[in-house]
Amino acid sequence: MPDIKMPQLGESVTEGTIGKWLKSVGDPVSKYEPIAEVITDKVTAEIPSDLDGVISELLIGEGDTVAVGTVICKIATEGDTNSDASKGASEVKGDDTDKDGSSSPVQGNHMMARPAESVKEDKAQVPPANAMHGSSLPRGRFSPAVLRLADEHGVNLNLLHGTGEGGRVTRRDVLTYAELHPNDGSMPEATMNSSIAANESMSQTPVSAQKSDNGNHVAGVHGGDDEWITPSPIRKTIAKRMVESKHTAPHAWTMVEADVTSLVNFRNTVKGDFKRKEGIDLTYLPFFIKAVAEALKRYPIMNASWVDEKIVMHHRINVSIAVATDDVLVVPVIQDADRLSVAGLAHSVNELAAKARSGRLSMSDVQGGTFTVNNTGAFGSVLSQPILNAPQAGILSVESIVKRPVVLQNDAIAVRSMVNLCLSLDHRVLDGWVAGQFLRAVRERLESFDLQTVLY
Amino acid sequence: MATKLYIEAIHDALYDEMKRDGRVFVLGEDVGVRGGVFRVTSGLQEEFGEYRCLDFPLTESAIVGVAIGAAAAGMIPVAEIQFADFIMPAVNQIISEAAKMRYRSNNDWSSPIVVRAPYGGGVHGALYHSQSVEAIFAHVPGLKIVTPATPYDAKGLLKAAIRDPDPVLFFEHKKLYRSVKGEIPDEDYTVEIGRAHVARSGDDITVISYGYALHLVLEAAEELEKEGYTTQVVDLRTLRPLDTETILESARKTGKVLIVHEDNKVSGIGAEVSATIAEHALFDLDAPIARLAGPEVPAMPFNSVLEKAYMLSVDKVYEAMLKLAKF
Repeated sequence: MPDIKMPQLGESVTEGTIGKWLKSVGDPVSKYEPIAEVITDKVTAEIPSDLDGVISELLIGEGDTVAVGTVICKIATEGDTNSDASKGASEVKGDDTDKDGSSSPVQGNHMMARPAESVKEDKAQVPPANAMHGSSLPRGRFSPAVLRLADEHGVNLNLLHGTGEGGRVTRRDVLTYAELHPNDGSMPEATMNSSIAANESMSQTPVSAQKSDNGNHVAGVHGGDDEWITPSPIRKTIAKRMVESKHTAPHAWTMVEADVTSLVNFRNTVKGDFKRKEGIDLTYLPFFIKAVAEALKRYPIMNASWVDEKIVMHHRINVSIAVATDDVLVVPVIQDADRLSVAGLAHSVNELAAKARSGRLSMSDVQGGTFTVNNTGAFGSVLSQPILNAPQAGILSVESIVKRPVVLQNDAIAVRSMVNLCLSLDHRVLDGWVAGQFLRAVRERLESFDLQTVLY
Repeated sequence: MATKLYIEAIHDALYDEMKRDGRVFVLGEDVGVRGGVFRVTSGLQEEFGEYRCLDFPLTESAIVGVAIGAAAAGMIPVAEIQFADFIMPAVNQIISEAAKMRYRSNNDWSSPIVVRAPYGGGVHGALYHSQSVEAIFAHVPGLKIVTPATPYDAKGLLKAAIRDPDPVLFFEHKKLYRSVKGEIPDEDYTVEIGRAHVARSGDDITVISYGYALHLVLEAAEELEKEGYTTQVVDLRTLRPLDTETILESARKTGKVLIVHEDNKVSGIGAEVSATIAEHALFDLDAPIARLAGPEVPAMPFNSVLEKAYMLSVDKVYEAMLKLAKF
């Protein structure tokens, strides 16, 4: 029965979290069809099926993190269905004679390479192939101590992250979990009575974590009018990053306003044409990125990071753009943004946003950012105080473009399209003066976009 | 408190007991004039005379046979077998006579003998001077088997063995003789036979060992702590009767057990310890019980490279411990 393994989603990535199973046991799948969403620190991606078949077993629960290469599910192909039972039995037997047989006097250390075996070997409904021949240890089998403790504390073992070899759930994992989640009650009552029975039933349907629409795991604890939600892995990552950034980087904040009336006019003039020619909408964001990239070129210290008590000046200008979906915030990167035209930037933004919303971002799409542009105007904000995308030294929020009366140089009052540019900066790297110069450069560039501007 | 070598601790125990009780005497090859091949009994003949420190010819069966006879007549003999390997000619005396004396006489007689024997390898003794024979006797009811790892235990346990009313086999790992030092109280003391000792307390894994291997385990445990794993180390000290209480308590505490001994694995002490844990603490186990032992070959080689390969080492023990800790 072929295995589907946790893929390596990037060079330095060693583990992944199953965000959501897109298929259930018994569902047919065809080759290349997505079967699960996988979340790493940086991206959410889909795992495609390697072959046609029927999902026979999901081995990892939603929200569980496992090492790259761990078998996460099994797919029965046509050939499997006929000989499954007899094959399973012969594998148990074969394994016993091979490894425990008395033919060899040297009963070496291979003992340790084997997982603890269930007492009810023949009754455990876990395919033996998984237990013995996989590169990693199975999640469906637990040591006697783990089973007993899970039983005592009413812990559903499939909710746990194993710290043992190959992600095995250890005795300590259960105790730690029980301590952190007293009266968790995650184990269904019917299965709490017998640990072995619980093991068997869980092996069949290991995915028990429920998911709400907003992508967060519901722990099912209700207190009066409140509902307690266990955050999804990516929500936890966002939370961790935000806290770290706020804790480590002293944020300073400043804002300028820019008159983008001529930019608005220009865009209104060309957007229909652009849509026809390029097939995508021409938004304001590429103009803002263009202005920022040019200003970063002029004030390179803005394109820096604070790393290990040193300032790293980045030669390449890679602009991160924050993309929010219903439940996830990701920050894909436009590499070498300073080398792209406005049209080129428009395509990059469009492509990255589409990938982010459909969970198709790859590791290369999210790596190497040096400065972040945050388009808060997209949801109507006129003022915001962004948190730095650590370790970058600066993040610029572009607010909504709003028409309002403005006093002009000649003391006349006119209706202009105005936009606020809000900059958070790492005060370890940057001071107000250079930030002000940088913002002025961005503003000047924005105000210079007009009917003469070349998009390509 | 004085700091003494392991070998001095044994000498002192013999001296003290001979001084304390006139019935105690030692016998064996070269124990008198020469003071023993390792010098354990040096000075005893000068102090107590040749009737209490008897030189014997190469007749192990006679040494033990005489000891059993003397014990039956009310004496307390301490027989020395020069190397544990040579205990084989005396096996019939030990197993068929000494071990059964109390049972066959309906509790009228006992056989309060002590048989001391240096065992184990790593001292270039080659195949006939390096064997571990403890498991052979551990199978026999009626015998007590003691193998201390520290000078303190060596002295306390030998005194307890001499005062024990039944036959005690006292195995001394010869690599410990002059390599291990320890503090020993000035006053008289004994260490109870049948009690294991928790030599190091820890939470992640339990390692059960005895004799010279225990020191390798303790050193490896120190290393393992740097990886963030703490080790509970149990020194069995007595191999029969086993202290099942301490063994099970430690196994239950960590759920992961490794047994380390120099003797080869098959039917060794580790097998008995392992079976005991499996019988009584299954639901506390978090990993298969592991054993690290000497290789499955008939004898210790003489070639120093091969001898080193045969012996356990801190590295070998550390690897096995890390593997278990990570499981």
